[in-house]
Amino acid sequence: MYGIGILKGFSVTALNMIRAPFTIEYPDRRVGLLGLAKASGMNPLVFALKRPAAAVKAALGVAKIPARLPQHSRFRGQEFVWYEERCTGCASCAKLCPLGIIRIVTDPSGRQTQEGEVYDVEVFDIDLARCMACGICVEVCPYDALHMGSGFERARYAFPNLMITVDELKRAPKRPSTWFRPQLEAKGYDPQRSGTADWKLVGRHETPTAEQLKRTWVDERTR
Amino acid sequence: MPIRTEPVTVNIGPHHPSTHGVFRLRVTFDGEVVVDAEPVFGYLHRGTEKLAEERTYVQFVTLSDRMDYVASMTNNQGFMLAVEKLAGITPSPRGVWLRMIAAELQRIASHLVGIGFFLQDLGAFGTPLIYVMRERERILDLFEMLCGARITVSYMRPGGVFMDAPQDFWPALDTFLADMPHYVDEYERLITGNEIVLVRTKGTGKVPAETLVNASVSGPMLRAAGLDWDLRIKDPYEYYGRVKFDVPLARESDNFARYIVRIQEMRESVKIIRQCVEQIEPGPVRPKEVPFLIRPPAGDVYAHIEGPKGELGYYLVSDGTIAPYRCKVRAPSFINLTLLRDMLVGWKVADMIVTFGSIDINMGEVDR
Repeated sequence: MYGIGILKGFSVTALNMIRAPFTIEYPDRRVGLLGLAKASGMNPLVFALKRPAAAVKAALGVAKIPARLPQHSRFRGQEFVWYEERCTGCASCAKLCPLGIIRIVTDPSGRQTQEGEVYDVEVFDIDLARCMACGICVEVCPYDALHMGSGFERARYAFPNLMITVDELKRAPKRPSTWFRPQLEAKGYDPQRSGTADWKLVGRHETPTAEQLKRTWVDERTR
Repeated sequence: MPIRTEPVTVNIGPHHPSTHGVFRLRVTFDGEVVVDAEPVFGYLHRGTEKLAEERTYVQFVTLSDRMDYVASMTNNQGFMLAVEKLAGITPSPRGVWLRMIAAELQRIASHLVGIGFFLQDLGAFGTPLIYVMRERERILDLFEMLCGARITVSYMRPGGVFMDAPQDFWPALDTFLADMPHYVDEYERLITGNEIVLVRTKGTGKVPAETLVNASVSGPMLRAAGLDWDLRIKDPYEYYGRVKFDVPLARESDNFARYIVRIQEMRESVKIIRQCVEQIEPGPVRPKEVPFLIRPPAGDVYAHIEGPKGELGYYLVSDGTIAPYRCKVRAPSFINLTLLRDMLVGWKVADMIVTFGSIDINMGEVDR
C-alpha cells in the first residue's frame, strides 16, 4: 500500500521525540530548584532556606548554571601553555611552525640552568588569528616547554587582541593538554579536573639535582 | 500548438545552500528542462599543492586535513602512504592498524554527511541531517580521544600515527560499533522505504557505466553502476589484505543506487573496524628512527587509497630536499564532478539538485 514507508518513517521520528536529548546546552543551561541545589552541593530544603531569592528564581525556571561538554584530556586548545622554567629559547617551534606565526626574540643573558646554555625569552608572540592548532610546535619542542592548552573560548573583537604575548603566556593558567605528551597521560593528568600543572610535573625528563647538572653541563677540564 | 519558449540561463551559486560550499552552476533551462549545464569552480582555491612545495612532509599533513575537511583521516592516510613509499619507511604494525581504524571511522562519518546532505537537497529539510550529525558527533568524539581534534585531525605521521590510542578509546569504540548498525537500520526505516524518496530518486540521474569509466570516476558512484572497483580489494594497501569484507554494488546507476551503496558501505566499515580491533597487536605506533625532517631520495611516486568519495591519489616528486618538489593530488570529488553536465542535461530542475547532491562532493577538495 502506498504510504506505508512514510508511516514507518514517522514512527522513527515519533520515537526520537520521546528520547532524551542528545544536544548539550552551552554556555549555560536552565535548571530547576533540585538541579540548582545539586549544583551547589546542598540539600534542596537547606538551599531554599539559605538562599531564598535563588530558590524562587530556580522554581520559576529562570536559573542557569554553566554547562560544558566534557572534553578529552588530549583536546588541542588554542590557549598555549608555556613554561618559562623549561624554555631555553631554542626557537624550534618558530622554525617548524607550518605558517610561521611564532616570533621569538631572545637575549643571551639567560639565568636558568635546566638544560645547559639558556637564553632569556623576551618576545614570544603567537598570532592566534592564523594559528590552526595543528600542534607541530608542541611536537618539536625538545624541552617540553610549550604545550597545547585546553581552552577554546578565545574569540576577540579585533585582530591585535588575538596575539598571545610573552606576558600573557606567563600569566595564563597552566592547564596543559596531554596532546603529544605521553608522560602527562601516564600520570593520569586531566586539564579539566586535575588543576594546574607545575613545570616539574610536565617534563619527560627527571628534574636534575644541582650535582647532576654540574656533572652534565659544567666541563671540569676547563676549570 | 506548442508554445515557443526561449532558453534562459540561470546561475546557481556560488553562494547557494544546495551547492555544498562555494560552487557555481551555470544552467540553461528550456522551460523546466536542463539543456546545458556548466560547473564553474575555483572559488575555494587555496593553492594547497603549491604550498606543499615549501613545507616539509610532516608540515603538509596539516594542510592535507583541510582539503577534504569531512574526511581528513583518509587524506592523511593517502599522503602518508605516498611519503612512506617515497622515503622507504616501513610503518609499525600497530600504527597501521590504528590508521585503518581511523580511516574506516572517517569513511562512516563522510558517508553520513553525504547521505544527510543528499536528503537535504531532496527537500527532507533537517530531520535526516540532524540524525546523521548525531552519529557523526560520536565519531568526532572518538577522534578527539585519538588526536585532540575533531575535524582537522593531523593524526598520522610517516611510519604510523603520532601517539597511541588512550585507554578510554577502546571501550568507547566498542559501544559505538555495537550501536552503529542500529543507527543504520534507523536510517533505512526512515528513508529507504519512504515513497517520496523512492519516486524522486529511482531512475533519476542515470549515467551509463561506460561514461563513468571514460570520465575516470571512482568510488561509490562507480560501484552504484555495478562495476566492482574498490582499491581496498584491487590494490590492497596497508593491511586491507588481512580483513574480510564485501564490496556493496548496485546496478541501476541512479541516485537511489548511489544512496544505497553508501548505506551498505557503512555496514561494511563497521565489520572492518571490528576485525582491526581483533587483530591489533601491541607495540610502538611509529618507528623510532623516523626523523621529523624526512629527506627522501630524488624520485617520484604515486600512492592511492580508496577514500570515502573515490580514489584519492598523491603524486609526489622529490629532489632530495626536505620539501617535495611537486605534490599533485588526484582529488576524487573533482574528477567525479566533471561528469555533472552529462548527468544533468535532459532532466528537470527538481532533479538537478538531487543529482548534484548524490555525487557527494566536497568543495574544499574540488578546488584544493
